[in-house]
Amino acid sequence: MTTILDPTDERVPVERQISPRPGVISGAVALLDISKPRGNVLIDRLEELLSERLPEVTFNRYAKPTFTKPAPEPLRRQIQNENNFVIEALAD
Amino acid sequence: MQMVPFSLQNSRGEDIAFPGRRPSLVCFVKEDCPTCREVMPVLAAAYTASAEALDLYVVGQTQAGNRILEEEFQPPFDILDDSTLKVSFATDIDTVPTLFLTDAQGETRQNLVGFVKEEWRTLLDEQVPNTLDIDWEQLPDWRPGCGSLSVDPTLAARLQAEAENSPLRARRIEIGSADDEVEFMFDQGFSDGLPLVPPTPERVLRMLGGTQRDPQEVLAVMPPNMGEVTVEKVAINAVMAGCKPEYMPVINTVVQAICTNEYNVHGVMATTMGASPVIVVNGPIREQIGLNMKLGALGQGNRANATIGRAVRLLIRNIGGARPGGTERSTLGNPMKFTMCFAEWEERSPWPPLHVERGFAKEDSVVTVFTMTGGPSLIVDQESRTAAQLAGTMGLCLESAFNPKAHFSTDCLLVVVPEHVDTLVSDGYTKADLRRRIQEVTARPVKDLVGNEISGAGLSPRLAAKMSAEELEKPLPKFKREDDIHIVVAGAEAGKFSGAFHGWATGEIGSISVSRKIDEL
Repeated sequence: MTTILDPTDERVPVERQISPRPGVISGAVALLDISKPRGNVLIDRLEELLSERLPEVTFNRYAKPTFTKPAPEPLRRQIQNENNFVIEALAD
Repeated sequence: MQMVPFSLQNSRGEDIAFPGRRPSLVCFVKEDCPTCREVMPVLAAAYTASAEALDLYVVGQTQAGNRILEEEFQPPFDILDDSTLKVSFATDIDTVPTLFLTDAQGETRQNLVGFVKEEWRTLLDEQVPNTLDIDWEQLPDWRPGCGSLSVDPTLAARLQAEAENSPLRARRIEIGSADDEVEFMFDQGFSDGLPLVPPTPERVLRMLGGTQRDPQEVLAVMPPNMGEVTVEKVAINAVMAGCKPEYMPVINTVVQAICTNEYNVHGVMATTMGASPVIVVNGPIREQIGLNMKLGALGQGNRANATIGRAVRLLIRNIGGARPGGTERSTLGNPMKFTMCFAEWEERSPWPPLHVERGFAKEDSVVTVFTMTGGPSLIVDQESRTAAQLAGTMGLCLESAFNPKAHFSTDCLLVVVPEHVDTLVSDGYTKADLRRRIQEVTARPVKDLVGNEISGAGLSPRLAAKMSAEELEKPLPKFKREDDIHIVVAGAEAGKFSGAFHGWATGEIGSISVSRKIDEL
């Protein structure tokens, strides 16, 4: 961690902004398995429960090639293009 | 030096707080200090003999060192962990061992620096109720002790930055360990397009060491955002630009100069013409900070020239808020928007230097800010052998500023190189003679400055039609006033290539050059 001092007049926040939260889940939700052992079990169960509660919503499954590295750019782009939300699951 | 309240851990991870309920002895030690090792048995004897009438706190400065001291000396007390050095720093000690005697409220009553046997013996005899098991004869009369780690030059700036009374007030931005700090600064828009030095608190504190001003002093309010430029913000941007601390007085003064109504940095940044400040430095500070005024003075390769100008531009961007596409609207832009700062080679000039012409004493250090839109365009003349010929060439070249028919429109900064100086001086030319000759050779009848089929630029034909024959014949020199021709000397000994910066709109509607003395020297 490096700390630097703000060189500006500090009228704009420098923190990274989180995406707006819409309040209602609709459209498509990505379920991303990061490929840690048994992550798929967690996501299977999650998909089951969410599908019951949100019958109008489509759930799409994705998996990272390996949990040790960031998702490849094409996969990130695909998830972004095909979904409105993403749930990333870590299980150990 | 005054003891401050603290809570430090012993080697078992227990928190030990000072002050306790009794008067105390507090001793700062570090393992690799021979004097600290000498006093370890003394401290042990004092602890044993104090019989709970006194609290004894022994504060060590490294975890590894504390372990070694505990193993070697097996003291009856715990050595407290001040490896962050925050207590050492806050107490302002510069030597170990330093022994404090405090009352029950933690107020310092006495302190002893290093080891002077008689002082230690007197203090302990007075304060410790029981007889000390110490063979004083075996101890040296005097040992100076060692430097406290809290004043180690490699650590002191960090400690000062982290301390509660730190002079730094700017917002702190944490950059995640997975993020590249240089890329982060690009992403935040802090940069002029080139990499920046990360302005860590340590670096900013070192930069502030170059100025006598209070870090929170507001030097100016900078448009267009009307951001307050504090000395601390100057230091942050100076770090990013790559400056040395000794450049700070120059940058502070430039900030004050450009944020005047006369200079009008708002207009300079906003204009579609592509204007930018040129900083000229005069006086003794040129040599003190290593500004280049000789070979390549207007070019790259010298740290002071390159980074002072860059720091000013970063301040305009980050505090003023003038960013390309925002309020900075230059059609083409120009490379001087990265940086432009140089010094006048006063010693090579037979004429009064720029700052003396502008009312300052020769021994004053002064910055002058001029607004350029073009140049440095070369004045190539290797043939003229008389001053009148050479000054004539300079005039003809300067006539191209804006466009040749734009008379009375702008000003200029003429940078005369040594070989050209020699030619001018050989005929006894003064700066006034040079200005007069430039005006003479550029004087054109008004009728020649009217827009025509060759070039539509110039005086409107509709206006010209309303003028009398006499008015149309009246000669008009390039510059409205001879004072609009600013002259400095710089450059290498070899080469008959002077340079000229063409100005922007001058006078009340545009930008008027401002000179300001560097008064913190």
